[in-house]
Amino acid sequence: MLYREAGDFSTTYPQDSQTFPIRFDRYRYYVVLAIAVFVMPFVMNDYLVNSIFLPFLIYAIAAIGLNILTGYCGQVSLGTGGFMAVGAYAVYKLMTAFPDVNIFFHVILAGGITAIVGTAFGLPSLRIKGFYLAVATLAAQFFLVWLFNKVSWFYNYSASGQINAPERTVFGIEVTGPNTEAWATYLFSLVFTIGAALIARNLTRGSVGRQWMAIRDMDIAAEIIGVNPLKAKLTAFAVSSFFVGISGALFFTVYLGAVEVGEVFGIQKSFLVLFMIIIGGLGSIFGAFAGAAFLVVLPVLLKLVGVDLLGWPTDIVAHFQLVIVGGLIIMFLILEPHGLAQLWRLAKEKLRLWPFPH
Amino acid sequence: MKMKFATWVAAAMMAASPALAELVFPSLSYRTGPFAAGGIPFADGYADYFTLLNERDGGIGGVMTRVPECETGYNTEKGVECYESTKGEGALVYQPLSTGITYQLIPKATADDIPVHSMGYGRTSAKNGKVFSHVFNYPANYWDGASGAINYLLETNGGDISGKKIALVYHNSAFGKEPIRTLQGLAEKHGFSLIELAVDSPGQEQKSQWLQVRRDKPDFVLMWGWGVMNQVAIQEAANIRFPMENFIGIWWSGSENDVLPAGDAANGYKALTFHGVGSDFPVFDDIQTYVVDKGLAAGSGDQIGTVLYNRGLYAAMLAAEAAKTAQAIHGTPDITASMMRDGMEALEITEAKMTKLGMPNFGPEFSVSCENHGGDALIGVTQWDASSKTWTLISDFKPTDGDIINPLIEEDSNAYAAESGIEPRCN
Repeated sequence: MLYREAGDFSTTYPQDSQTFPIRFDRYRYYVVLAIAVFVMPFVMNDYLVNSIFLPFLIYAIAAIGLNILTGYCGQVSLGTGGFMAVGAYAVYKLMTAFPDVNIFFHVILAGGITAIVGTAFGLPSLRIKGFYLAVATLAAQFFLVWLFNKVSWFYNYSASGQINAPERTVFGIEVTGPNTEAWATYLFSLVFTIGAALIARNLTRGSVGRQWMAIRDMDIAAEIIGVNPLKAKLTAFAVSSFFVGISGALFFTVYLGAVEVGEVFGIQKSFLVLFMIIIGGLGSIFGAFAGAAFLVVLPVLLKLVGVDLLGWPTDIVAHFQLVIVGGLIIMFLILEPHGLAQLWRLAKEKLRLWPFPH
Repeated sequence: MKMKFATWVAAAMMAASPALAELVFPSLSYRTGPFAAGGIPFADGYADYFTLLNERDGGIGGVMTRVPECETGYNTEKGVECYESTKGEGALVYQPLSTGITYQLIPKATADDIPVHSMGYGRTSAKNGKVFSHVFNYPANYWDGASGAINYLLETNGGDISGKKIALVYHNSAFGKEPIRTLQGLAEKHGFSLIELAVDSPGQEQKSQWLQVRRDKPDFVLMWGWGVMNQVAIQEAANIRFPMENFIGIWWSGSENDVLPAGDAANGYKALTFHGVGSDFPVFDDIQTYVVDKGLAAGSGDQIGTVLYNRGLYAAMLAAEAAKTAQAIHGTPDITASMMRDGMEALEITEAKMTKLGMPNFGPEFSVSCENHGGDALIGVTQWDASSKTWTLISDFKPTDGDIINPLIEEDSNAYAAESGIEPRCN
C-alpha cells in the first residue's frame, strides 16, 4: 500500500538511476538519516554510545569495506583484523608525529596508508583464488599483528607495547581521549560511516562496481568482455582496505582509546567482520549495516535480558551467548544464505504486492 | 497492556532510585574464555569477602556492600561495556584483572573520578601518583616482581649471579613485556645475560621456545605467563627436564591450575607472591561459618584457599580497608568514588590491622601516599610441593631494587604525562 512505485514517474535519466527509485523508500532513507544526525545526538549517553553506537558505526565501516572485497569482488579475505591494525597504528603514528593536524585528516590518511598496504597484500590475488587466497590474507593478518608487536617504532617505544590515543579536537570539541562527550564521538564516527556508505554505494553502482561484480561472477568471462582483472582486483583491495583502515583508526582513537594489537586486532576480529557480512548479506551495503547491528546489539541484549532482568549468573549468560550467536549463524547459513539484506529485499517485494499478492 | 506498562514504569523507578545506601564494588570478572581458570577463583574470593563483611559485620561502617558482577571474558570491548554499565550504579573502585582493560580504564576512570586498583598488574608506572591520580597498583608491580626474582636468585646463589644466563619466557603482550626493561637494567648491574623468549597468546604452542631453552641452557628461567600458557610452559620444562627449582614464575604463573596438570614433574616449581597462600588463616573459619555454611559462597564454592582465591580475598580486603579509611577521613559511612580515592591514597596496612582481620602476615606491610601509589614493593617467593599439593611461602616479603625501578617508573610515567598533557600533582 505504502511501498510502491505506482504514480512515481521518472522524467530524467538521473532520476531513473538514483539509489532509491521509489519515493517512499527515499523519504524513509532521509528520515533515518535526519534522526541519526539531528535526534540521536541529543539522546546519547556514555553507556549507549560506548556499548552500542560506536561499535555499531565503526564495525559498519569495516563491514562495508570487507563487503566490497568479498561481497562485490568475490575475493575472500581473512586479513580484516590486520588491516584494521594498520589503520590504528597509522593514525597513532600520525597523531603523535603531527599533533597540529586535525584528527579528521589523520583518520583519512590512515585509511590511505591501509589502502597501500592492502593493495600490496592483494597482489597474490592475481594468481591465487578461493581458499588459497583466504590463506594468503590469513598470512597478512598474522604478519601484521606480529609486526606491530615486534617493531617498537610503531608504538613509540613504550614499555608495554600499548598505544594510547592522545586528546584531539575537531572544531574545539574533543573527539578522542578520556574527556569526550558522548554526542561528539557519536557524530564524529557517524560522519565517517555516512561518508563510507555513500562512497561505497555509488562506487558499486558505477562502472568500477560492475567490473568487480563481473570478476566475482566469472573472472574468465569478465576478462573476455574487457574487464582488466589486475585493475579490478587491486582497486577492490585498495578501496576495501581504505574503509577497513578508517574503521581501525576510529576503533582505536574514538572507541577504545588504548589498544594492544594482539588482543584487539587478532584473528577473532577478522572472523567477526566476516560473520557480519555473511549474516548481513554479501554484496549489499544495507547488509553491512544490518550485520554489524546484529552482532553488536545481540550480545548486549542477551546480557541485559540474562543478567539484569533474569538475574542469572554471568558465566551462564556468557556461555548462552556463544550458543545463541553460533546457532543463529548456522540458522542463517541454512535458511537464508543471502543474509538479513535478502530478508529486507523480500519484505520490500511483499510490500509492493500487498494486499493483493498473486 | 496498559497495566503491564505501568508495572514496568514502577519497576524502573524503583530500580533507579536508591532505596538503601550501599557500597558498590563492581567485579569485572571472567568466568568464561581462555583465562577463566584464573578469573573464577579471583572473582569468587572477591565476592566472598564482601559477603563475609555483610553477614558478619553488617557491611563496612554499617553500610552494606554489593558486588555486581559483569562478565568480560578478558575481552577489552566487553570490559568497556561492563565499565559503562556499572559506573552509573555508584561504583567505588574497579579491579579489572586484565592489563588490556586496565589500560582502557586509566584515562576513562580518571575523567569520571573513579579509582582503579590494578593489584599486581596493569601499568607499572601507575605507581607514580603524581601522574596517575586515580590508579593504584599497591602492594607490588611487575618491575618489583622482576627485581624480587633476581634478588631471590642473588640470595640463594651467594650474592653473585654474574656470568649466569637467565631466560625470560613471556606472554607476547603488554603484560608480558613489562619486566623486560627492568631485567635489562638488572642484567647490566649484576652481570648476567638475559634471553628473551616471547610466547604468542594464548600460549598453547611453546615447542620452539623450550627448544631454545634446551639449546641455550640458561641457569634460570623466569616466566611472565597467564592462563593456559603457564600449564604448557611447566609441562614443556618438565619434558626437557629443566630443574624446576630454577624455574620462577610471576604471581600470575603460580596457582594450582598451573602446576597440577604436570603432576609430580612440577614439584619444586617456584612463583613470586605478594600475599599469603593456603587456608591456614583465622579469616577462613569466618568464611566457613558466615559464607559457605549459609550457602552464600560465590561460584561453585570449590576454590576456597587456592592461590588466586586468596588474591581475590586480599584485593577485597584492601578495598574494604580503603573504604574504611575513606569513611574515617570524610566522616560519613556513605562514601562516593571520589572519597574512596582519598581513602586508597591514605591506606595503611600494618601487621596489627591484618591480625585483627584474621589475616596475620597475609601480605606485606605498606602504606600509600600521594606520590607513591604502589606501596613498598615487598616480594615473597612460594614453592609448589607436588606430593601434598600445596604452595608454601619459602621466602618472606622482602624489599626490591628501587635504584633500578624508580628511574624507570619516573621515565615511563613522565612520557605518559607528556603524551596526555597531565600536570604532576602532590606539590
